[in-house]
Amino acid sequence: MKLTLRVWRQKNADADGAMSTYEVDGISADMSFLEMLDTLNEELILSGDDPVAFDHDCREGICGACSLVINGDAHGPERTTTCQLHMRSFRDGDTIDIEPWRAAAFPVVKDLVVDRSAFDRIIQAGGYVTAPTGAAPEAHATPVPKPDADFAFEHAECIGCGACVAACPNGAAMLFTSAKVNHLNVLPQGAPERETRVLDMVARMDDEGFGGCTLTGECATACPKGIPLFSITSMNKEWLRATRRSGKR
Amino acid sequence: MARTVWDSSVGKKTVMAVSGLIMLLYLVAHMIGNLKIYFGAGEFNHYAHWLRTVGEPFMHYEWTLWLVRVVLVVAVVAHATSAYQLSRRDIRARPSKYVHKKRGASYATRTMRWGGIILGLFIVWHLLDLTTGTVHPGGFQEGHPYQNVVDTFSTWYGNVVYIVAMLALGLHIRHGFWSAAQTLGAGSRSRDRALKTIANVLALLLTAGFIAVPVGVMTGVVS
Ligand code: HEM
Ligand code: SF4
Ligand code: FES
Repeated sequence: MKLTLRVWRQKNADADGAMSTYEVDGISADMSFLEMLDTLNEELILSGDDPVAFDHDCREGICGACSLVINGDAHGPERTTTCQLHMRSFRDGDTIDIEPWRAAAFPVVKDLVVDRSAFDRIIQAGGYVTAPTGAAPEAHATPVPKPDADFAFEHAECIGCGACVAACPNGAAMLFTSAKVNHLNVLPQGAPERETRVLDMVARMDDEGFGGCTLTGECATACPKGIPLFSITSMNKEWLRATRRSGKR
Repeated sequence: MARTVWDSSVGKKTVMAVSGLIMLLYLVAHMIGNLKIYFGAGEFNHYAHWLRTVGEPFMHYEWTLWLVRVVLVVAVVAHATSAYQLSRRDIRARPSKYVHKKRGASYATRTMRWGGIILGLFIVWHLLDLTTGTVHPGGFQEGHPYQNVVDTFSTWYGNVVYIVAMLALGLHIRHGFWSAAQTLGAGSRSRDRALKTIANVLALLLTAGFIAVPVGVMTGVVS
């Protein structure tokens, strides 16, 4: 396949960026999107140019490091991570636009790399449980009803990639935050921090400069892990419950 | 607790949802009341007079009406203020646009914002027209709402302003009712179809019910 790529290039956080056009040839349909970018970068390096910076780590869809808005879609046209997107989703002669995640809370570091440490700070605000250290407890010491376990697992699938923020017209982090809150709030292990978790994580999310939810649903459409939009509904419910309870104390 | 609610984006959204639902409840009553125009001047004007005497003798003349007005003003102000502040936050959170535009991505957000602005302007015009009579096209007479309504809808712009606003209202309620359910934590996968159906039915009934009044005047059924 021969492709025309229009890629966002930006030297550093303070520089102005712009789209640059590149041609790549000899792309196989079996390559992943990132392998296609590796091919471009090899050529750029050989011709003495600066390679395109982009984030990636596991390349198997589990770490959440890869990003990229491809033709306006976070993680591209398929519902998967960019590393698991294959070039068979494109056609010979296509022009592909590649941009970084866009949100005030995710500043561009270089080219396609953005700083997602705002997510880490949301996690630090409450995305943990207090557990006694020492030997692992008996697996059945704390029974968890099956529907709760399923609910927790559905939300635990979030890999923290930030596609939800990138896709949201308000740059909101509600889907990510709700996935993390719901995952722990439904479990007995998460019960001691049930109220503080949701209040603190939502407050941190606001402080980081993410937008609010207008329920457009773009986040859930973009999410490679299928975190549902109702995840946000569940978090709102938890937030209201926690606010009522903390008001009584 | 009030501080926690107002300072949080989730809390402010709760204020929007609750104030929106209060206005929605009022609009259902208002729409049903308006339809009495089809039963003639006597019944319509009598209904308008009754609005001032509801609750008597416990309430004094117009007390109930003023109570409703105060609740509505509080709801409108709370709704508009939180809408403005939330929208500002949302726009700030997404300063750079994508070069490759995706169509339709912000449809709901845009219809809510523009629809909200249209409704805000409409509320002001509507009060100046039929409550105070300031911009009323005919000779506005207090206590004779039937004739006032007929006069308003005998002008082309009266009809246009009103019908455009009611279409905006329909769209606003369609997304707004369902959204409020999510904001208040009442939505779920199993209830989603029911909630969306209720939202659509409410939007349709209110829009059609309100528009029936200018249509009645335009077709001469009400005169
Ligand atoms: C002063 C005029 C109005 C303005 C400026 C306005 C504006 C808005 C905006 C911008 C939103 C979305 C806000 C966001 O999620 O960030 C919204 C939501 C909503 N509006 Fe209005 N609106 C107005 C009048 C009304 C009326 C008359 C009703 C009554 C039916 C109503 C009911 C709702 C509801 C139920 C929501 C959903 C709240 C939620 O998402 O939880 N609004 N409004
Ligand atoms: S909710 Fe989905 S899109 Fe958002 S960070 Fe988690 S995995 Fe990524
Ligand atoms: S590189 Fe790990 S999820 Fe894509």
